[in-house]
Amino acid sequence: MSIDERDGDRGPRTRTVAVAGVRGLALALISLPGAVVCFVLAAVSIALIPIGVGLVTTPYVLTGVRAFADRRRVLAAEWGGVRIPRAYRPLPQGANPWARTFGMLGDPATWRDLCWLVVDMTAGFGTALLPAALLLYPLEGFAIAAGLWRVLPDSYWYGFVRVTGQAAALGAAALAAALLVAAYLLVPALLRGHFLLTRAVLGSGSGELAERVRVLTETRRDAVDTSAAELRRIERDLHDGAQARLIAMGMDLGTAEALLDKDPEQARQVLARARRSSADALDELRDLVRGIHPPVLAERGLGDAVRALALRLPVTTEVTVELPGRAGAPVESAAYFAVSEVLTNAVKHSGADRIWVDLHHTDGFLRIAVTDNGRGGAVIGAGSGLSGVERRLGTFDGVLAVGSPAGGPTMVTMEIPCALS
Amino acid sequence: MRVVLAEDLFLLRDGLARLLEAHGFQIAAAVESGPELTRALAELDPDVAVVDVRLPPTHTDEGLQCALRARQERPGMPVLVLSQHVEQLYARELLADGGGGVGYLLKDRVFDADQFVDAVRRVAAGGTAMDPQVIQQLLSRRGAESRPLARLTPREREVLELMAQGRTNAAIAGRLVVTERAVAKHTANIFAKLGLEVSDDDNRRVLAVLAYLDHGRE
Repeated sequence: MSIDERDGDRGPRTRTVAVAGVRGLALALISLPGAVVCFVLAAVSIALIPIGVGLVTTPYVLTGVRAFADRRRVLAAEWGGVRIPRAYRPLPQGANPWARTFGMLGDPATWRDLCWLVVDMTAGFGTALLPAALLLYPLEGFAIAAGLWRVLPDSYWYGFVRVTGQAAALGAAALAAALLVAAYLLVPALLRGHFLLTRAVLGSGSGELAERVRVLTETRRDAVDTSAAELRRIERDLHDGAQARLIAMGMDLGTAEALLDKDPEQARQVLARARRSSADALDELRDLVRGIHPPVLAERGLGDAVRALALRLPVTTEVTVELPGRAGAPVESAAYFAVSEVLTNAVKHSGADRIWVDLHHTDGFLRIAVTDNGRGGAVIGAGSGLSGVERRLGTFDGVLAVGSPAGGPTMVTMEIPCALS
Repeated sequence: MRVVLAEDLFLLRDGLARLLEAHGFQIAAAVESGPELTRALAELDPDVAVVDVRLPPTHTDEGLQCALRARQERPGMPVLVLSQHVEQLYARELLADGGGGVGYLLKDRVFDADQFVDAVRRVAAGGTAMDPQVIQQLLSRRGAESRPLARLTPREREVLELMAQGRTNAAIAGRLVVTERAVAKHTANIFAKLGLEVSDDDNRRVLAVLAYLDHGRE
């Protein structure tokens, strides 16, 4: 905890305590009405499901509840240093109201949210208000000692002190001072206590695991989708390309055979065409193979494959490789195609006349940086090709970062956790 | 002329052997793996080796590595490397020692038996045979940035391409259906425009052009 960290440093500590008090007050003021409104709306909406209205409203109301809970998650992390992972099940895109409603109601996280609303409007309100009260209540004590006691009724109690005269008023001030000392020591911890309570109710306990499962589910779906799309593309390319050419070639050979005796000259022409078909088929197969698994990658590994790739680019490209071994074949392939896509992007869109590629392996990560001196402005987004790269790398828990201010330069960095053999 | 042939696929090995024998070559050995190739090259001392890049046991670039090692031990040993795909990276490695007697062709080039046999002969004689695809890649990459290349006429560019593949003036003349004197004139122009030193030695001329295309000199 950070309470004792700044002991002996009065200014910042006082500030921390004051800020914690103000935050507590703000939280108490939002949490009570917010939680009550959310809870009532949710309860009403769920109760209205049997008559149909609830089917329409429930997803909206529950989304609102989630937004309210998300806001608290952010505050917990920013104000209390308490991380509360989000663990909602993803909803299918474009699902009908029925599926959305029951999908949300079937999610244990929804019920945790509702349970939390009840706790938040009671115990949550108390724990948020306590730090503020502990700071404000002493002020009244001091005011009493300063003369406020004269106008107060005789039976007025300040804490456990009955305010009857100046002596008792001074006693109230002493109590106020003690409370203030307690506040000084405890307020930040109390605020943190509020967030810990929030986590106890709102967090699923296995939240991080759930988050991991969510990420894995997503990346696995992406990987499966990508490979299925790849297979479809390969099938189409073979079907329309090499296969068709081999058929044409077979036909030509048959024709040539038939013509051989009758018209040798025409047979020769048909044979020449058959030979051209076979050369074209080979060309197409070669391109296809390059798209599936480039031969240099198989023969030499990632470093030389990227060097060979750089030699094919119309832009001068410098490649630096520091890899003491080879990564696993799937990682090599993913990294190669990622670099290839980033380079293609740079050549097409950046207007750069120089590109630098750096590949190295440190701390268990394969790190790749592609820098160009072009005009910048590259973003990860639909159609930029970079989002595809991000998805591809995601399968390997790899990440992609793009730094591309307008005016350049652009630097794309990729990191994939992997071991070298 | 004695040839050592290294190719792991039986059909191709057999076909290549037949093709070469039909054109008057003698097959000293037809092997199917890297270690066998190394042994054959050391023991049989062939006039030329025709080698597939990818060979067992590793099925990586074993053939290329064997060829490069053999050329280190016996500089200038003629090697024609065949592959399903051509890479400038590999071409550069083969040409790196600056000696002649190097060939690097797509396997498809055997379709045209006469041209293929011509390439084998050229390599055996210490010349060069670079695949047209390598040259085109070099030209398209360098073409974008090299002003001297942009100043060549289309005809000169054609001549340059054929010259870089390793063809002699006579062969280029035959291919373009012009006289040898016309080719010599184009060649002189090309060398002047690129700022290269003219050389009478055919092979040195090819290597100079390839080096220019690969690394440039602005």
